[in-house]
Amino acid sequence: MKIIHETGKYVLLMKRVLVQPDRWKMFFRQFPKELEKLGLNSMPIVIIISVFIGAIMTIQTKLNTENPLLPTYSTGLVTRDTLLLEFSSTILCLILAGKIGSNIASEIGTMRITEQIDALEIMGVNSANYLILPKVIAFVVMMPFLVIFSMAIGLVGGYAVGLFSDIISTADYLLGIQYAFIPYYVFYSIFKSIFFAFIIASVASYYGYYAYGGALDVGKASTNAVVNSSILILFFNILITNIMLN
Amino acid sequence: MITVKNVNKTFGDNHVLKNVSAEFEEGRTNMIIGASGSGKTVLMKSIIGLHRIDTGRIEYDGRNLPDMRMSEIRILRKEVGMLFQGSALFDSQSVLENVMYPLEMFSGTSKEEMVERALSCLRRVDLPEKSYKLAPSEISGGMQKRVAIARAIALQPKYLFCDEPNSGLDPKTSLIIDQLIHEITREFNMTTIINSHDMNSVMEIGEKIIFINKGEKAWEGSKDDIFHAENEDLNDFVFASQLYKKVKKANT
Repeated sequence: MKIIHETGKYVLLMKRVLVQPDRWKMFFRQFPKELEKLGLNSMPIVIIISVFIGAIMTIQTKLNTENPLLPTYSTGLVTRDTLLLEFSSTILCLILAGKIGSNIASEIGTMRITEQIDALEIMGVNSANYLILPKVIAFVVMMPFLVIFSMAIGLVGGYAVGLFSDIISTADYLLGIQYAFIPYYVFYSIFKSIFFAFIIASVASYYGYYAYGGALDVGKASTNAVVNSSILILFFNILITNIMLN
Repeated sequence: MITVKNVNKTFGDNHVLKNVSAEFEEGRTNMIIGASGSGKTVLMKSIIGLHRIDTGRIEYDGRNLPDMRMSEIRILRKEVGMLFQGSALFDSQSVLENVMYPLEMFSGTSKEEMVERALSCLRRVDLPEKSYKLAPSEISGGMQKRVAIARAIALQPKYLFCDEPNSGLDPKTSLIIDQLIHEITREFNMTTIINSHDMNSVMEIGEKIIFINKGEKAWEGSKDDIFHAENEDLNDFVFASQLYKKVKKANT
């Protein structure tokens, strides 16, 4: 019963969010700030995680598939496809659900408990639209760039293994990451990530917007935002994969 | 003028407002007083429309709030200013930007005119000029209240609501804020409703006082009438402190 109630509340909130802003000028003032906060400021974590995951994936694949029957380029191929199909979209979004989700939920939640949202409402402003729409659009716009960046950096991480160790040769790795490349995988990954970006930003905003009580409750809202957006990402990942790759 | 007629509000089984009727007059400081949990905040939030009432009428110069559509409520709210208990200033904006915010959203005037209007509001509340570019967190509680008042009057509202305006302030600053609210009420001929349990405020600026007890309007009068009131609950509330007991003795 609670899940139906929560879903209904979420849909009603989105109905208020996804409308034309009262003042486009105010929207475009907020939008670049959100691009920077949610997108550009996420670059460092994307770089660190992608480079290390790319490297470790290459090492693990090579060490666990020692078989003379397997072609030498297989390690590069597996690393590339894992990055393209799952890591740079789904796993990256799960990590960003933690960083961005908690950031959005705590920011909006704090505005709720300090009556800043009430102040907007009293002024006659559609507070849901004013606060949430720039965040949702900014994160959806930035996500494809983060995903493409993650793919590239992840592949560089794998290349670094060949460059700085004797686990795999760079020639084999480079051949592997170019072998039987399917461009549709990139499109699939970007499509998924856009969908996940909407889930992260909107679900976190929902929990922040309906936070009540004190600082402890903002913390709870933030935790709920991260946990529930992660569950939704995993659920929709299966659904989208089935639709787009099956 | 705001008129409240037979307002009832329940939360589940809890009947919070019981048939409350009152008139809040223009150009006067109307105060809603009562103990914690008496229903005064629910009454104020119902008048503003943050709570939807079960039955009754809330009329803003004849316009009944519960009958209004959302679009009409949003138009009405442009005539409303509110001072929140915790000031509710926007953290991400400077003092000047906070005051300019309602103007940018609704005034439709040029940037220069908006800045000029915001500056005149800040000057009206006697805020030092050096604080205009500071963030709300960088100024004192009393100054935050002044900024909140400046923001509330930026669009020259017809109705001003103040929820516990003296909460967290020292007695001297409280007095200054009370006087400021009183002065601007007269100056702009606003209908001002103040929600308070601070007896200093009540005695200082309470021109019309409504006492709420257990969700009902238990008494109505002016600050001078309080000393002669025979309502037991009101006397228990107002003259709880030894100081006010002595004041009452001296007055009667």
